Amino acid sequence: MEFFNQITQYAISGLSTGAIYALIGLSFAIIFNSTGIINFAQGEFVMLGGVLAIVSITALHLPMPAAVAVAVVGTTAVGLAFERLAIRPLKNATPLSLIIVTIGASILIRGLVMLIWGKDTKALPPFSGDTPIEVAGATILPQHLWIFAVTLLVIVASRLFFHHTITGKAMRACSFNRRAASLVGIGVGRMVLLSFLISSALGALAGVIIAPLTMTAYDVGVMLGLKGFCAAIMGGMGSGFGTVLGGLILGVLESLGAGLISSGYKDAIAFFILLLILFVRPQGLFKKGETDRV
Amino acid sequence: MNKLLTTTVVSFALTCLSTVALAAAPIKIGGLFAVTGPASFLGEPERNSAQMVVDEINKAGGVKGRLLELISYDTGGDASKAVQLANKLTKNDHVVAVVGPSTTGDAMAVIPIFEKAGVPLVSCAAGIKITDPVKKWVFKTAQNDSLAVARIYEQLKKEKKNKIALLTVSDAFGSSGREQLKGQASHYGIEIVTDETYAPKDTDMTAQLTKIRGSQAQAVICWGTNPGPAVVARNAKQLGLTLPLYMSHGVSSKKFIELAGDAAEGVRLPSGKVLVAELLPKSDRQKAALLAYIRDYKNHFKAEGDHFGGHAWDAVMLVKNAIEKGGDTPAGIRSQLEATRGFAGIGGVFNFSAIDHAGLTKDAFVLVEVKNKNWTLVK
Repeated sequence: MEFFNQITQYAISGLSTGAIYALIGLSFAIIFNSTGIINFAQGEFVMLGGVLAIVSITALHLPMPAAVAVAVVGTTAVGLAFERLAIRPLKNATPLSLIIVTIGASILIRGLVMLIWGKDTKALPPFSGDTPIEVAGATILPQHLWIFAVTLLVIVASRLFFHHTITGKAMRACSFNRRAASLVGIGVGRMVLLSFLISSALGALAGVIIAPLTMTAYDVGVMLGLKGFCAAIMGGMGSGFGTVLGGLILGVLESLGAGLISSGYKDAIAFFILLLILFVRPQGLFKKGETDRV
Repeated sequence: MNKLLTTTVVSFALTCLSTVALAAAPIKIGGLFAVTGPASFLGEPERNSAQMVVDEINKAGGVKGRLLELISYDTGGDASKAVQLANKLTKNDHVVAVVGPSTTGDAMAVIPIFEKAGVPLVSCAAGIKITDPVKKWVFKTAQNDSLAVARIYEQLKKEKKNKIALLTVSDAFGSSGREQLKGQASHYGIEIVTDETYAPKDTDMTAQLTKIRGSQAQAVICWGTNPGPAVVARNAKQLGLTLPLYMSHGVSSKKFIELAGDAAEGVRLPSGKVLVAELLPKSDRQKAALLAYIRDYKNHFKAEGDHFGGHAWDAVMLVKNAIEKGGDTPAGIRSQLEATRGFAGIGGVFNFSAIDHAGLTKDAFVLVEVKNKNWTLVK
């Protein structure tokens, strides 16, 4: 029984961390799909979300819902400014140079936050208390339920948006073929801006809901970004649902690995899986291989 | 005639004044602190404290009528930069003694420079390697990790708990602590039943704690610096872990209580006495120094002085006392440092000797427990 309880605890802990990875992974995939670049500043959006929420609560004394709104809107503004100032002006740049621009932007954002906000780690109060809840012999916190709920909501919303609205379909069209999309009258530039808007808002949301659990400092974005990237790669950088599954699998494997094998190898296990997938199934776990017609 | 006399008197007085001014050329002390970079939680309070003591000493008239001047540089926690700056201090600035560096890595890198230049170094880093084996010109004020470990084990032995679980962070601080914890266990008759680690940036330690919950352990010792241990405390509360949770002196600041929130209640850790200065009995020899340090730090920086800043306070005071007794030459300061006995500072009561340049015993640590968001002494 004790062993069974342990396994449930590992699985549930893993799922809750995995849900965070999934959210961040989704925001990676959205930008990748409309621009073909991997935005390495994505982790910084997550960090900004948490930091802005804490600032709104401690310095501006806003109530929690307002603080969440400020964090999401503020981060989205940063995301839009980033697209306008750093991505758009480079019209004919290759994806590789754009990726390097995003790395530069992430270092810049991190540095600015360090200078303005300081180097201390700070915590956000939990949304609805911190009395543990028992589920099948394992315990989770109310905050975990928030994470699951938000992830679920985001999956459903993104599914509806990308498959059932004109704008969403237009964004997907850009990801398949930018040139063809612009030929049928889709404003590609506008779609790119929109993708930055959605993904920075999503990143901020992830940052806010995890801040009560994981706490936030100027440098938390790096590792979270990498793990989210792992999730997106596992999902094949495209299919929304695949990325979510990728994140959940990653979280559970990490947690099981730490519990059953050795906690020293926790990150090694995650990155080993990433490498394995890149070697064996570069198109992702849940995507059929694409064929190019010559 | 009268006028001549006045002129003579005035010029004589002026000459006297200028001689005084000449004699009062300040004594230069160097400082190396990791004010920026990953170890800034050490370097910043250390630099602040060092500057503060020097200002206070000067305000009180200096050392034997001469002012002190602190020339301090920021190593950024980077050993190669520390080496450059150490050379600058010895070759260009001609300092008579140096306080710092903040980290063991920086300290080990600069030791050869001071050994060669023959300038005393009073390190604020904790690594046992810094003064073991003893180096002629190197002293240190930060307590060895081994003393903190001994303090915890002593308490566990008293409570007859002999099976423990370790949860250490996988960085230099954590692995040094882990080595000490494993090395000293048998001496206290303690058995380590689980030995887990976590990465410095990990955000969830429930897996490790679940494993510990399923083991035979009677207590958990977590060794790390913020924010990891705060996450551990929160996760332990989430899992309903009832085992006593011990932390290292690496989290001995209010910051930990703030981060861990309610989960900090009941957590115990070895700490320098600065956290609980007011609670110490009047007979404690350090009490006066501790209260003075806390008061001065609050006046200067509007913040609470911590354990780490205390290392720099001790270092500057030790150098000052040595200058008072042995003059302002590096060699004189060195021999007086080595002769220091019973100096009650912030980190403990220092007794240096030719075979001990660390000078502290495990009495430098007290065991504290978090109660009602504050520190209390564990009896």
